[in-house]
Amino acid sequence: MVRIAGRELPTNKRVDIALNYIYGIGPWRSRQILKELKVDFSTRVKDLLVGEIAAIREYIERNYVVESDLRRFELLNIKRLIEINSYKGKRHKMLLPVRGQRTRTNARTRRGVKRIIDLKGV
Amino acid sequence: MSRSIKKGPYVHFKLLKNTNNLNLSNSKRVIKTWSRSSVILPSMVGHTIAVHNGKIHVPIFISDQMVGHKLGEFAFTRSFRSHAKIDKKIRK
Repeated sequence: MVRIAGRELPTNKRVDIALNYIYGIGPWRSRQILKELKVDFSTRVKDLLVGEIAAIREYIERNYVVESDLRRFELLNIKRLIEINSYKGKRHKMLLPVRGQRTRTNARTRRGVKRIIDLKGV
Repeated sequence: MSRSIKKGPYVHFKLLKNTNNLNLSNSKRVIKTWSRSSVILPSMVGHTIAVHNGKIHVPIFISDQMVGHKLGEFAFTRSFRSHAKIDKKIRK
């Protein structure tokens, strides 16, 4: 069992993939970390040496904001946009796309599951 | 893509001149502008700038949190109230 940044890593996956389970670390950062620490990408998590695990943990802690800290940071940014009454904040508040996408159709990710309005009435 | 750092932030020259003059004379006056794409600079904090939204100049009080955003972000160009509710009684 390997725990990094408060997150369980899957034991049977390659390290470069397993690190993606941490919020804030994607494929690119995962490779950066392993390259920096000279750990082979293709080792399985269960085959990692204790020293390697410690090194990865320390490297992430020192260089990146991950998991709950990152989530809080993002929420604060959104809150700031809402507070200063900017257009982006307004879009966040209304749960609509923020970056100018169309809303005539689609935008389902932000707006959630479609509700069918019965126009005929009861 | 973001703007190159070499050029610095974009501000319409007249707006810059006006705010600088206000700072020098230490007076407060609403500045009207059409330049929605100008970046808000620290020197504009505390002033009220009326930004055009295509129809009227919307007065916006610049707070320090707004620095780095553009003026147009605060003067909305669309006004959406809400859709009319379908009145069920009429349908019956």
